[in-house]
Amino acid sequence: MIAEPRALAADKTALFEYVLRLADTSLVLAQRLGAWVGHAPAIEEDLGLANTALDLLGQARLLLAYAGEIEGAGRNEDVLAFLREEGEFRNIALAEQPNGDFADTIVRQFLIDAYQVELYDRLQGSVDTQLAAIAAKAVKETRYHLRYSRGWVVRLGDGTSESHARMQGAIDRLWKYTAELVTADELDSRLHAAGVAPDHEAVVTAWRTRAREAFSEATLDMPAGASYAWFGKQGRHTESLGQLLAEMQYLYRGHPGAAW
Amino acid sequence: MYTQGLLTPSPKSPAAVEDAELLARFQARIDREEKIEPKDWMPDQYRQTLVRQISQHAHSEIVGMLPEGNWIGRAPTLLRKSILIAKVQDEGGHGAYLYSAAETLGVSRAELIDQLLSGRAKYSSIFNYPTPTWADIGAIGWLVDGAAIMNQIPLCRCSYGPYARAMVRVCKEESFHQRQGYDIMLQLARGTPAQRQMAQDAFNRWWWPSLMMFGPSDGASQHTALSVRWKIKRFTNDELRQKFVDFTVPQAHFLGLTVPDPLLHLDESTGHYRFGDIDWSEFQAVLAGNGPCNRERLAARRAAHEDGRWVREAALAYADKLTSRTRSVA
Repeated sequence: MIAEPRALAADKTALFEYVLRLADTSLVLAQRLGAWVGHAPAIEEDLGLANTALDLLGQARLLLAYAGEIEGAGRNEDVLAFLREEGEFRNIALAEQPNGDFADTIVRQFLIDAYQVELYDRLQGSVDTQLAAIAAKAVKETRYHLRYSRGWVVRLGDGTSESHARMQGAIDRLWKYTAELVTADELDSRLHAAGVAPDHEAVVTAWRTRAREAFSEATLDMPAGASYAWFGKQGRHTESLGQLLAEMQYLYRGHPGAAW
Repeated sequence: MYTQGLLTPSPKSPAAVEDAELLARFQARIDREEKIEPKDWMPDQYRQTLVRQISQHAHSEIVGMLPEGNWIGRAPTLLRKSILIAKVQDEGGHGAYLYSAAETLGVSRAELIDQLLSGRAKYSSIFNYPTPTWADIGAIGWLVDGAAIMNQIPLCRCSYGPYARAMVRVCKEESFHQRQGYDIMLQLARGTPAQRQMAQDAFNRWWWPSLMMFGPSDGASQHTALSVRWKIKRFTNDELRQKFVDFTVPQAHFLGLTVPDPLLHLDESTGHYRFGDIDWSEFQAVLAGNGPCNRERLAARRAAHEDGRWVREAALAYADKLTSRTRSVA
């Protein structure tokens, strides 16, 4: 017999969707970072990016397994990762943006790390004990990720004129994808009311402070507003996600039912 | 991962200019199985041989990240993806560790990397073969890491302390990789006909190059004697190759794979597997830069180095700023 879900017995679909948002953001970002391994600016960066990718993948696996359990339709982590199409993915669109150069990767990473630190820190207090436990593990890892990406934001922003220009360019390019990050939708609010998700406004305020402080230390400008709101968390993705999934899923899809 | 077949003798004759008494004392220490440490006196050729061997080993780890990294994006399960990222990360760690071991001999990592990128330094030829299918990731772990372990376990007792100690750690991780690779092959061998075919095809392509990893046969190897006397090397190429074949053939049989060698048979009188002739012309061609992926591997390393130049420069510039700010505050 399946154990009683830890919260929201009446609203499994909402919880499933919410857990997928967390899972897919980590999974898609891990997939992006994996492409750096062997091609980074120095061996230490190969190791650092691989390390972050591994942690994110570990988080994604725990969350996907939990999502599958909530759904109760027999989908395990691999079925969820490899057999959903892009419209079924719930990651924030920022996570799927291409690696670009090291500046693009670092800005993307820093913005998500700072967000995840604040999110996971508060999610530890969730009434959903499974989510709280995953968050407790993830927040420790994410603090390291943030230390790594923030270190590079400052180093590159305040490094040479070239590195400064590349970093400012990356921020200006990627900033529009933060719109969905700072906007709570109906699902975020509902799960907060149920005690599952943290107060989105508090997460966003803390995230904004972290970004402002880091950019200021790095002598970089923080853009004023966001021009277009993608809502990856509702399944509306940029063109990049389909390409990413085509690569990630092709082998699994090519051999239906095979074990690996 | 590493092949000892790349060792080339130093241009200088052994210790022609070294003091005979120092040399005798050095040899006596080696004979007593004492470790030679970075600050100890050592013959110039011993130093050169080790720099070459350790840096080739480090380069091999770094270049070896490429054929395997090729499958990180497409690994067929999330668990396999995690294992593969961790494995490729380990190889990078071995590279960093080995460059540090080489630096104890008075060369810098930057110089060594420059030698690799300019094409002056060698790395293991095995990484010039392509990884077109997922089974190649299994075959590399099982065969290439398996061969590397055969080469490297004796290096844990190498006379040069920093290298020997590095090898202890590297061997532990490599043996883990070897089992992971075998596990991939096992899963494929028990899988669908398409998966079994994938496994056999990868085995066909990696078997002979793996045997070549042990280097030229003893008759053709010019440098063995000195390296053995200095306890850098403890077994000959052919001894290690035979050990690898004896170890691996039963594993292939267990997987239900056919060894791509019609002459392979068990010699009942010795208990060793006898195998056909290795195509040394292929080995020489790949070594000379004409393997299937030599250009692509070096091009990828050069691109990473060039694309990352502004990052490394910025990191140095920032460190300088930080130092001068600290000074002005003090």
